[in-house]
Amino acid sequence: MSAATHPARGPGDRLTGLFWRRPKLLTALLLLPPLLWLGVVYIGSLVALLVQSFYSIDRFSGLVVPEFTLRTYGELLIPSNFDIILRTVTMAAAVTLAAVVLAFPVAYFAARHAKGRWKAVFYLGVMLPLWSSYLVKVYAWKLILAKEGIVTWAAEGIGAGNVLSAVLATPVIGGNSLSTSYIGTFLVFLYVWLPYMILPMQAALERVPASMLEASADLGAGGWRTLRSVILPLALPGVIAGSIFTFSLTLGDYIIPQIIGSSRFFIGQTVFSLQGTAGNIPLAAAFAVVPIVIMLVYLTLARKSGAFDAL
Amino acid sequence: MRSDGRPPLALTLAAVGGLLFLHLPIVLIFLYAFTTEERSYQFPPPGLTAKWFAVAWNRADIWPPLYLSLRVAAISSAMALVLGTLCAAAMARARFFGRDTVSLLVVLPIALPGIITGMSLRSAFAIGEIPFSTFTIVLGHATFCIVIVYNNAVARFRRLGASMLEASADLGANAFQTFAHVILPNLGSALLAGGMLAFALSFDEVIVTTFTAGQQSTLPIWMLNELVRPRQRPVTNVVAIVVVMATFLPILAAYYLTRGAEETAGGGK
Repeated sequence: MSAATHPARGPGDRLTGLFWRRPKLLTALLLLPPLLWLGVVYIGSLVALLVQSFYSIDRFSGLVVPEFTLRTYGELLIPSNFDIILRTVTMAAAVTLAAVVLAFPVAYFAARHAKGRWKAVFYLGVMLPLWSSYLVKVYAWKLILAKEGIVTWAAEGIGAGNVLSAVLATPVIGGNSLSTSYIGTFLVFLYVWLPYMILPMQAALERVPASMLEASADLGAGGWRTLRSVILPLALPGVIAGSIFTFSLTLGDYIIPQIIGSSRFFIGQTVFSLQGTAGNIPLAAAFAVVPIVIMLVYLTLARKSGAFDAL
Repeated sequence: MRSDGRPPLALTLAAVGGLLFLHLPIVLIFLYAFTTEERSYQFPPPGLTAKWFAVAWNRADIWPPLYLSLRVAAISSAMALVLGTLCAAAMARARFFGRDTVSLLVVLPIALPGIITGMSLRSAFAIGEIPFSTFTIVLGHATFCIVIVYNNAVARFRRLGASMLEASADLGANAFQTFAHVILPNLGSALLAGGMLAFALSFDEVIVTTFTAGQQSTLPIWMLNELVRPRQRPVTNVVAIVVVMATFLPILAAYYLTRGAEETAGGGK
């Protein structure tokens, strides 16, 4: 670009000329502030966390020893700690599976059958609970699952009071009331993360071309066959994108199991209590690294399958 | 399973059932704000009263957390707006080495559990000996709000296309004039929507905040304390209603702002 075709009138024009000659410079300038922020604040903090996890705590003084060791990670394998990890991962997997099952009809209906006004109803119907306050949603379930609450009232109203008692008497998943059992924790997780599954699933289903369904029908496939062989495989990226959220959010949550659930700890609660009252930052950091490792493996696999295009 | 056919009854029921499952619990929050019972969550409520709204209004412990939450949300969403838009602009205009890494980096703060972001920031503050303040809360909030703005902006940039920017340059505008007269007006509603969503996200965030707030109390932290040690339970419901409204209105506004975007910003197809 010479001055003849692009007359420079001021510094703005000269810069424009510079950007035109060196487009990469503008890209770099645009990227610099966000990358600096994310790099320093976020990645920097993650590194701080990672570093702490390789420290250990002095058994007698209770002070952090800033020397590299793998001992803290070794402590994760102690049965009582490993149980916490296992319990959290099992819960995350159960919540994710249930969310897929519950989300599919809503996402499918919204993507393929809802038209005009109903499309908006479905969209907002998922968006509003997604964005409404997390704590308000947890609180709502405290009201619902309380011993004197609406579930007990409804169960007794339809004469199913003893069914509820029988469910609560089940070992492991049962408890004194729904709000102090794993069932309660599971229900709240499922409720709170469900919209995160519906939206990417719907996006993926909307991109399945109608012609493919017609082709499947022309080739003689019935409804179920089309669902299994055409729709589900094409919806998979959406399912994976959604499961990133349901899985990750469950792995790291510490408020839901604290408010609704048995007193047995999940990873999030352990991290919170270790860094707070117990003051064992290294072990808290090591526990926090567990979801990172699980999620990084998951994200790498998801990226390979193209799930990020459905976000 | 044709898309133009009538949906099977089972599908319709399951879909509507799913939506009801998402909404009924929130309705219950509204009902309990009017109950006369303040010590338990008895259903059905023994009586109805509107007095809790007045009680909540006069409770002095609610206002400072509300102000802090509003301040944090405003600053965080403003910072996220700038950083998210810059990032989206860079991603929209070029394919460059490390592009995938940048997109992963932007998503990471919400893809990784909030407790990790919180715990990380807290260790960083401990190492850097940074005392807790409004600034430390904002640091965390702005980080996970960037992706919200970014997602909105990058979608609009994609629709904007290169032809309009070329036309602007052909007509003699420099980069800054193009930004002010072409990019910004086209981006405006997407940015407003992204900013409002970021505001709602920050206003409501609790997990990261518990790690970065120290002794300070935002409205969600106030609510969390009430959940653990309840007193005057219906007052919590009144605050919950306010929070629900404070998030619903921006969401609805954001929806209406970006809804017609496909038709209006038609260039570059």
